[in-house]
Amino acid sequence: MIPAQFDYVAPATLEEALTLLSEHGDEAKVLAGGQSLLPVLRMRLNAPGVVVDISGIQELKEITDQGESIRIGAGATYQDVLDSPLVREHLGLLHKAVTEVADPQIRHRGTVCGALAHSDPAGDVGGPVLALDATMEVQSRGVVGPRQVAAADFFVDLFETAVGDGELLTAVTIPKHTGWGSHYEKFVRVSHQWAIIGVAAAVRAEGGTIAEAKVGLTNMGSVPLRATAVEQALVGLAATEEALAEACSLAGEGTDPPSDLNGQADYRRHLAGVLTRRAVLAAAGG
Amino acid sequence: MTRISVKVDGVTYEDEVEPRTLLVHYLREQLGKTGTVIGCDTSNCGACTVHLDGRSVKSCNVLAVQADGHEVTTVEGLADPVDGTLTPVQEAFRDCHALQCGFCTPGMIMQATDLLRENPRPTEEEVRVGMEGNLCRCTGYHNIVRAVLEAAAQREGQRA
Amino acid sequence: MTAVDETRAPSAEVGRDRRRKEDQHLITGRSRFTDNIVLPGMLHVAMVRRPYAHARITGIDASAAQESPGVVAVLTGDDVKDQQGSLPNAWPVTPEQKAPPHPAIAVDRVAFSGEVVAAVVARTAAAARDAAELVDVDYEELDPVVDLKAAAADEKLAHPDLGTNRSALWVFDSAEAGTGGDVEEAIRDAEVLVEREFRQQRLIPAFMEPRSVVVDPTGEQFTMWSATQVPHILRLMLALTLAVPESKIRVIAPDVGGGFGGKLQVTPEEVITFLVARRTGKPCKWTETRSESLLSGHHGRDQWQKLTLAARRDGTVTGLKVELTANMGAYLGLVTSGIPILGAFMFNAIYKFPSYRFECQNVFTNLTWTDAYRGAGRPEATFAIERMMDELATELGRDPIEVREQNWIKHEEFPFTTVAGLEYDSGNYEAATARAKELFGYDELRAEQARRRESGDRVQLGIGVSTFTEMCGLAPSRVLGSLSYGAGGWEHASVRMLPSGKVEVITGSSAHGQGHETAWSQIVADQLGVPFEDVEVLHGDTQISHKGLDTYGSRSLVVGGQAVIKAAQKVIDKARPLAAHVLEANVDDLEFAEGRFTVRGAGEGQEGIGLTDLALAVFAAHDLPDGMEPSLDADATYDPVNFSYPHGTHLCAMEVDTETGQSRMRAYVCVDDVGNVVNPLIVDGQVHGGLVQGIAQALWEEAVYDDQGTLVTGSFVDYTLPTSADTISYVTDRTVTPSTTNDLGAKGVGEAGTIASTPAVVNAVLDAVRQFGVTDIRMPMTPERVWRAIQEGRGSAPTPEAAQPHFEAGEPNQDTPETEGGQA
Repeated sequence: MIPAQFDYVAPATLEEALTLLSEHGDEAKVLAGGQSLLPVLRMRLNAPGVVVDISGIQELKEITDQGESIRIGAGATYQDVLDSPLVREHLGLLHKAVTEVADPQIRHRGTVCGALAHSDPAGDVGGPVLALDATMEVQSRGVVGPRQVAAADFFVDLFETAVGDGELLTAVTIPKHTGWGSHYEKFVRVSHQWAIIGVAAAVRAEGGTIAEAKVGLTNMGSVPLRATAVEQALVGLAATEEALAEACSLAGEGTDPPSDLNGQADYRRHLAGVLTRRAVLAAAGG
Repeated sequence: MTRISVKVDGVTYEDEVEPRTLLVHYLREQLGKTGTVIGCDTSNCGACTVHLDGRSVKSCNVLAVQADGHEVTTVEGLADPVDGTLTPVQEAFRDCHALQCGFCTPGMIMQATDLLRENPRPTEEEVRVGMEGNLCRCTGYHNIVRAVLEAAAQREGQRA
Repeated sequence: MTAVDETRAPSAEVGRDRRRKEDQHLITGRSRFTDNIVLPGMLHVAMVRRPYAHARITGIDASAAQESPGVVAVLTGDDVKDQQGSLPNAWPVTPEQKAPPHPAIAVDRVAFSGEVVAAVVARTAAAARDAAELVDVDYEELDPVVDLKAAAADEKLAHPDLGTNRSALWVFDSAEAGTGGDVEEAIRDAEVLVEREFRQQRLIPAFMEPRSVVVDPTGEQFTMWSATQVPHILRLMLALTLAVPESKIRVIAPDVGGGFGGKLQVTPEEVITFLVARRTGKPCKWTETRSESLLSGHHGRDQWQKLTLAARRDGTVTGLKVELTANMGAYLGLVTSGIPILGAFMFNAIYKFPSYRFECQNVFTNLTWTDAYRGAGRPEATFAIERMMDELATELGRDPIEVREQNWIKHEEFPFTTVAGLEYDSGNYEAATARAKELFGYDELRAEQARRRESGDRVQLGIGVSTFTEMCGLAPSRVLGSLSYGAGGWEHASVRMLPSGKVEVITGSSAHGQGHETAWSQIVADQLGVPFEDVEVLHGDTQISHKGLDTYGSRSLVVGGQAVIKAAQKVIDKARPLAAHVLEANVDDLEFAEGRFTVRGAGEGQEGIGLTDLALAVFAAHDLPDGMEPSLDADATYDPVNFSYPHGTHLCAMEVDTETGQSRMRAYVCVDDVGNVVNPLIVDGQVHGGLVQGIAQALWEEAVYDDQGTLVTGSFVDYTLPTSADTISYVTDRTVTPSTTNDLGAKGVGEAGTIASTPAVVNAVLDAVRQFGVTDIRMPMTPERVWRAIQEGRGSAPTPEAAQPHFEAGEPNQDTPETEGGQA
């Protein structure tokens, strides 16, 4: 309950933050909202030499309209995302997934980018961000402009991302999905639990038929997954349960989900099929 | 040690803290604000919920240094400082028997207060979901939910 | 079903839904929990705990910890082995009971994961925690005993020196006791025989306030503040364990944040904090983290239950045989060994079994020790018998309520002596059941269930029944004596009349959320005719309440409340001669009502004299009758003549998603008969909270260990307590048959909800899925277990995983330490 000693710095600008990260390398931990980091520190599972608090950097807090996409800065909290009309209008899937993250207190402090950088496969925003073809902005000192990393390349493994030592995830940029239907189906035993599995679905329907579908899976492997086979199979299908059932039942195929207290891998694969059907149907307004 | 300035329950404090000091430890041990309690180490239970700049947070999941320059309200800062008048949420908790041992109560009251600020007229379902970050082992939540709904009705009545 | 007990005083307060006196300080943050206490020069204690289940300690190097800044002392088992004694077990259930010594700090061997191997004492809690990381312990690992059945077979030993894992075998047989027939005969002659085996999973009490102890060694007495349910028992046991005069120890239970049996213990940490305070001469505090609490606070339940029920084809039960294997864990705590035995008298429940046999084998393993958890032995019994009655109904193809009614004790048959030898004083199962069915809409729900079955709905509906009774109000001392319990079951109270007219009530029961201050005030207000507000209830401090047996087993009101009544009656008796003296009347002509003495026959409008006026007169003592001592204060110690037997009918509707196995509660109705009620608000609160703990056993909670004896559910991330979002609002109501064994006519209520609800929920889920060939699902009924049961029942998924226990040891666990906690 009491972390080990560390130094604390709260840079006021991005440049200062990047300088600090480059100086301290793997000794540094970035704190944005701190809702994943603090539990780790309290349990003494990690003992960084220095904690770099980026929550005071104004420019990172913004959620902005980039024309074709929405850019969410590393300092934007879940609550900022929930309160954003831009997100609600153009990124309905992210909005829905964020309402399912942890609890209100955690959402008041925690950040979307912090969760992405933490890369817990049971986290609720990885799947939606992946499904929506997001791009991550990664910056480091001495490099002009951000390095753009596609979501598909961002998640490397359990708690491991493309963000290297000395680098900072500064924003996630997500193409607008205006007018798409969306649904996030989270499966838990009790409500404050991490997702046993989650299915994020966004659907563009035309006259009762699915024109495009995007499906992301939470906790079905060591990183968020995209159910591309399902996405392809859904195109052209009527948005009815009977029509969708077979395509969606494929969702768990080829995945390697964990086996733990809440479910063995085969059960999770079964759930993926059922919940994908429900999520897609709900997204399609069925 | 880092120097911080924090306003807690209307009083400004300047203190030296270790960077590792959690906000809840600062409140309890340095300020004597023991009304805010610690129920777990994984930020599941919500017993330590306070308001930071007007929004509910789990004070075990915030460093004291992060509160520098900010304003904190604890359960001790809710009632009127002069005449002790309780808030509608506090009143409703007593009226509905929404507490037994009282350990989760500070966090429950702080979260309920935040919930009603955001959504003054919640449904039972909205209350249940809005309080999901706070654990109670005594009441089975039945009367807590009732109290939040009653506080909402009470505030509604006051406005009318 | 009369609500009025004529022996009671005219009732103004008892029965009212008074708002609680306790609440003001708790809703404003002026709480006095143990961890809030700070004393001058106070030191902090951090425990070093063994992470694995069974090992020999081959060396401890504490030098680095000792040198760490702010560290005052590091104590190991070697340092305290001559002072720490052995932690007490107050309930040797048989004369032959075997038990290992139980050190507070392990000396040469650790027997469960989480056992203390060293204690670090430092200036701050942070310094103590920092230094605890530096204590270097060498171990030689031993093979841990984890599986209960394997342990019972003595395949390997949890305590090699003991020579066996079998602690005690306790048997009750109705033929031997003369309370009934021979169960083997009934089984032999049975027309219908139902044999089942159930698993009572291990649970963790999970009170919200983590345990905390402060010991102040300055001054003449040692003062211990502890988050305990049992300050009086703790004081005595500390004295006996540490060979300190009892009179030199004062124990205070200040605000205590829940217990549920989990704080009915004398803990290693209390002993250790006492020892370090004595050694350092400074006040010392230890407060556990939640993870420590889940790991090392005692657990509950954990049994295998084998049952054989004999019946006739017409549904009449003829015999019940119960064979339990009960997991003690690594040690015997305060009442560990007696907990399963408390169930011995309850398996027959409300039914008229002519023959009955109960056997319980207590077994050691290398897991955290078990002890009381809400209901303690009785939920296990009620679960099993209520499951069996459903199995019998299924076997016979009959409605489960009908089969129960055929076999239960009819209201006109009370008092009724059961096959287990208890005398149930009162009850009316028909009335409670009729009311519950009405509130539930039983027939409508059955009709909906049929429709959903017919249409093959993805979501199936199940209806679960639980009709329960329990023995509470622990307990008549002679009964405890016959069970070899180490103490009596009386309770003590004092009533002090202050000269200003206020009244102080001292009670030996020790509330930790139950609302005794409010309820006792109501009782005394009625007894003495004083305002509710003028009564102050004091408790939980052995220097104020010098005598008591504390709070557990739904005993406080029926035993402690009765003691308060007795003391109040003595006050009136003491005041009577003085009243006669003041009123210049004959003692025999006096009447006492509404707080005043009046003279019989003196007519309406006479003033008489108030009890509080007499209190002032006694204080002045200027004019008392000859020989009267100048005091109205009185003590009473009450030993109950019988248990009390609340009962009730609980009905639960569960919706089961047959595709995912997820179940959702649709409705829950309970009609409890807890006799006369002092405060309906408090009683309903007890029921609600009890319900959710029982429902949580059915659906959510289990302490899971891996095959190395490591607790996998070691934090609130994995030990899944339900939240407001997982539960519903409950319909509660009451029928009233007053208890005949106390003046209040009350029966205990603290454990009722927990005892009744678990089988109601399990029966409901099973009722929804029996149609698929499912006969049983282990608790907690996780979505995965329900789904697998359906697959198996349908014969569509004979996967090897389906036959496996829920948790597969050795499989990677999602919640690796890195993922604990909230989310970014």
